[in-house]
Order: sequence, then structure tokens, then C-alpha cells
Amino acid sequence: MSTPNSRANPAFYAVIALLVFMSVGPVLLMFINSFKLDVDIISGTSGLIFMPTIQNYEQALCDVLWYEPEHLDFCSLKFGGAFINSLIIALISTALTLVIGCMAAYALVRFRFMGRDTVSLSTLMVRMVPPAVLLVPVFGLWNNEFCLDRDGLIGGAIRDTFGGRGDVCLAGTHSGIILIYVAMNLPFVIWILQSFIVQVPRSLEEAARVDGAGPFQVFFKVVLPLIKPGLAAAAIFTFRIAWNEYLLASALSDRDTRTVPILIVNNMSEFNVEWGVIMATGMLLAIPPIIFTLLASRQIITGMTAGAVKG
Amino acid sequence: MRTAMANRLTPYMFMAPAAIIMAIALMYPLGYMVWGSFRDWNPSQTIGEAEFVGLKNYIFLWNDPNFHESLGVTLRFAFFVVTIEMVIGVGLALLLDREIRGISLLRTMFILPMMIAPVVVGLMWRYMYHPTVGTFNRFLDSIGLPRVDWLGDHALTSVIIADIWQWTPFIFILSLAALQSLPRSALEAARIDGATAWQQIIHIKLPLMMPVLIVTALLRLIDAFKVLEVILVMTEGGPGLSTEILALRISRTATEFRELGVAAAMSNYLLILLLLLTVGMFAFNRWQEARAARLNALVEEES
Repeated sequence: MSTPNSRANPAFYAVIALLVFMSVGPVLLMFINSFKLDVDIISGTSGLIFMPTIQNYEQALCDVLWYEPEHLDFCSLKFGGAFINSLIIALISTALTLVIGCMAAYALVRFRFMGRDTVSLSTLMVRMVPPAVLLVPVFGLWNNEFCLDRDGLIGGAIRDTFGGRGDVCLAGTHSGIILIYVAMNLPFVIWILQSFIVQVPRSLEEAARVDGAGPFQVFFKVVLPLIKPGLAAAAIFTFRIAWNEYLLASALSDRDTRTVPILIVNNMSEFNVEWGVIMATGMLLAIPPIIFTLLASRQIITGMTAGAVKG
Repeated sequence: MRTAMANRLTPYMFMAPAAIIMAIALMYPLGYMVWGSFRDWNPSQTIGEAEFVGLKNYIFLWNDPNFHESLGVTLRFAFFVVTIEMVIGVGLALLLDREIRGISLLRTMFILPMMIAPVVVGLMWRYMYHPTVGTFNRFLDSIGLPRVDWLGDHALTSVIIADIWQWTPFIFILSLAALQSLPRSALEAARIDGATAWQQIIHIKLPLMMPVLIVTALLRLIDAFKVLEVILVMTEGGPGLSTEILALRISRTATEFRELGVAAAMSNYLLILLLLLTVGMFAFNRWQEARAARLNALVEEES
């Protein structure tokens, strides 16, 4: 099978070329179409001969552009705002998940304590919970229970300062969405980081402790720098979920905290789809993950295999 | 004395943030959902105002033909997706397990589909499946074949194809990693004994990869029940109920039909199904470890 002369087999390279074409093709197609006018997409005379235009991107980004594109008289798509919301939510929730997650993973790996088995079993169990299952309770709780009461001190103060409908609830705020994303991603991050922390030699930590470092110092100064690849992998996976998630964000956000996936779905479900603009927004949403993939594919693959093979 | 006390508290201090957040935002909601599933609950009420109806929601779903249809679609989707992806992914891994120049670049391109937002994946495929302007029908036109109504008559197949496109690389990469970590000595021995390539695959490579393959398949299976956005964007569950998987039906019951109680009961059914799968995976892992330990013990006894 793996004899040296099979490397020169042209059929083999044809298979690889076909695979690459199949996996990258749709993305390329979207990329190309996002530079076409709708007329060109629909008439579709030929795939590659067309005048590239950035009109679609101008229309998508019209609320953050510093000039007014002349082909637009009304800026209906608030893409820029949604992009900023997505960015805030994804970055903050990723950072929080990582910090909290690696502390928990460290405790689970290095210490024997009461309740350890329960915790590690339940993190494994919640990994399987689909976002759709969380939809109903999160909608109910975030709207009705996780509120600062209007009669209470803090809620009253917030209402007096910012106005609003009385009760201040988590739903419709960035922090509401961030909270559920952190909770959703924690089990996965803990699981992945455990397999990296196990590999840190215990003697290093003991040496640091002999030199007089406290447990937190040992953790932040010795352990963390050693598991950087694991942290990178976990960060990318968390960011990917927080950046791409649609369902829970759509249930929890309001007009001002809408994220990009929601905006795309809302524009898709209308009867007359403006393909060019939609493809441009899709492309903009896809750019950060694509950049991560190109920069850190090795970490992604390590994370993926660590998650499955050592699970 | 004080340091001993502090040492005993350390693990709890490390655990506390994660435990608190997961208790507030995962465990409590799940309990809340179970509680809500026994109530006739619509979104404008708080849960306290909703009327307690006992098992009514569960019984209603048990007899609801739409729910059966949706469950059937979900199971069919999960089954076909996992089976086809496993066959293609493992097959490709066996085929491409040799020295290739630029393998890391290849892998980068293969993981691209997984990293892109499901919403965007749905968008791309909806465009390609479009009855008139879509890529596939254009291609069929240009070679003179009749057009296919991708998202109409063959909606479930089309959705399955899109998922296969997105997730086969996952299985490919994992099985390639498993394949390359196989003990070289076993393969060498087989080759010296004159085993053909096919015999090597059937009798040596596949059995040795089996533990990883089963875990991968189970992970993929659990994920297949989470798919929602791709289908939402491509077909919105239609036509009819032909692609309405459970996750989608839960979200529609909650937001369109405004029946939170029924949606909660449905979530519970889905959760029970997944729980069984996870327990299965966990039990399998345990059994695997036990078997490995036993084998090790045997080897040590012999030596």
C-alpha cells in the first residue's frame, strides 16, 4: 500500500485535487458571488467573467462606512452594529470561558477532593446537551427570573439612570448572551484542557512550590505557560461556537444586541433573497474563523484529536 | 495549621467559578425545563402563573403524529449522516495514509468547512441548490440533464449531503490520526508474512483503530442531534415536515406556536435519547479501559 513508487501515482493526486476542490469550492463560490451584482448572479452567463464590484459590501457595511455609497439611498441593513455585537460577545465569552475553564480543569486533574467525581461526570454529561434543549428554559429564566427587581435597590438605580421598562433582566443584554455561552462552552473546554494538564510534569510544580510559590502562583506562572497549545485550541473552539451560534442569541437578543447570524437568517427568510448582499454578509461572518483556520490549523487539529482520542 | 486549611480549600477555590456558572446557567435551567414541562405555559406568563397539567404535554406528544414524523426525520438524518460520513471519512484516511507533500496545507483546507458558521454553510448550500440560479441545476442544464428539485422533493437527501460536506473531514482527520499512531511493528509483521493491502486493512488496521472509531462515531452522533442552523437556513424544516428535525421543532413550538410547556416536554424526550447515547459511550469507554488493563496484566504475567 505505502510502497515508495505509489507516491508518483497520478490518480492519487487527482483524488486529492478533487477533495480539495470539493471542500473549498463552495466557500470560493460564495466569495466570488459576493463580488457580483444580483443581475450577474441570476443571469449567470458564466462563472468567472464578470465585473467585480464592492457594492454588496458597501450595502452590508453602510452603517459604519465613513462615506455614503451613491447607489444606496437608504441604509436598511445594520450589519456594522451586529458585527460589533458579535465581536464583543464572542471575545468576552471566550476569555471568561478560558480562565474559568482552565482553573477547573487544573483542579480536576491535580487535586483529590470531595465531589470531584460528581463534577467530572456531570461536565461530561452536559457536553451532550443541544442548544435547542436550553432554548425554552433560558428564554423563560432570562426574561422572568434573572432580573433585578424594580423594587430592589440596584434595579431601581439602573432604571432611574438608564430608563427602561422597570425590571432589568438579563435577556436583551450582552451579558445575558455571554453568560449562556460561557456555561455552554465550559464543559468542552474543561474536557479538552484536562488532557493537556495531565501532561505537565508534576515535578515542575513541586519545584516551584518548594521555592515558596502559592497554589495560584504555581498555576499561573508554571502550568499556564506550559499548556499554551491546549489553550489556543480551546480558545479557537470556544470562539467558533460563540461567534457562529444562532438559536440562543436569537431568543435572547433584542434590536440593539443582535448578532450577525441572526441578521443573516432574518434576511434569508424573506421571499426575495438579495443573493449578492447575503453572500457578502456571509463572507464577512466567515472571515474570522477562516483566518483562525489558516493561522492555527495545527492547534485546531491537536485539540480535535485530544478531545476525541483521549476522551 | 493555617496552611493545611488553605491547602484543603485550594481545589474548591479553583473549581468555584466554573461550578457556580454551570449551576446557574446549565443545571438550574435544565431543572427549570423539567418543571416547566409539566405546565401549560406560554411565553407571556411567568412559570408560577402557568397551570400545572401533570403529564399532559408528554402524553400529547406521545400521540402526536407530527412529533413522530419529526422524530423519524431526526433519527433518519442522524443515522445516514453518521454512517455515510464514517464510511467516506475512514475510507479516505486509509487511502491517503502515506507520505504526501504538503499534508498540513491539505488538512487546513479540509477543516475549513467545519469552522465556518452553520448559518453560512446553510446559505451557501441554499444557493447551490437553488432551482433556477443554483450551481447544481445550472450544471445539469449545461450537460443536458433534467433539473432536480433539490430542496423540494429531495430535501432530506440534500440536507444530508450538506452535512456530509461539512463534517466528513472531522472523521477523516481523526481516523488519519488514529491510523498514524498504530504500532508499526504489527503492520511490518503482517507485510513480512505476505498479507495483501486489503488483508492488512481488514485484519489489522481496522480492528486496531476500532476504539477511536467508535468514540468518533458516537461524538458525531451526538452532534448530529444538535444540527439546526444549517437546516433552518436551507429549508426552514419544509417542505411540509420533511426536514423538520427535533431541534428545529422545539424552537418552532416555542417561538411560533408559543407552547413552552410542550417544547419543554419535547426537549426532555430529546435529552433522554441523548442521555442514553452518552451513557452508552461512557460505558464503552470504561469497558475499553478495563479490557486494556486486563491485556496489560496478561502481557506482564507472561514476561
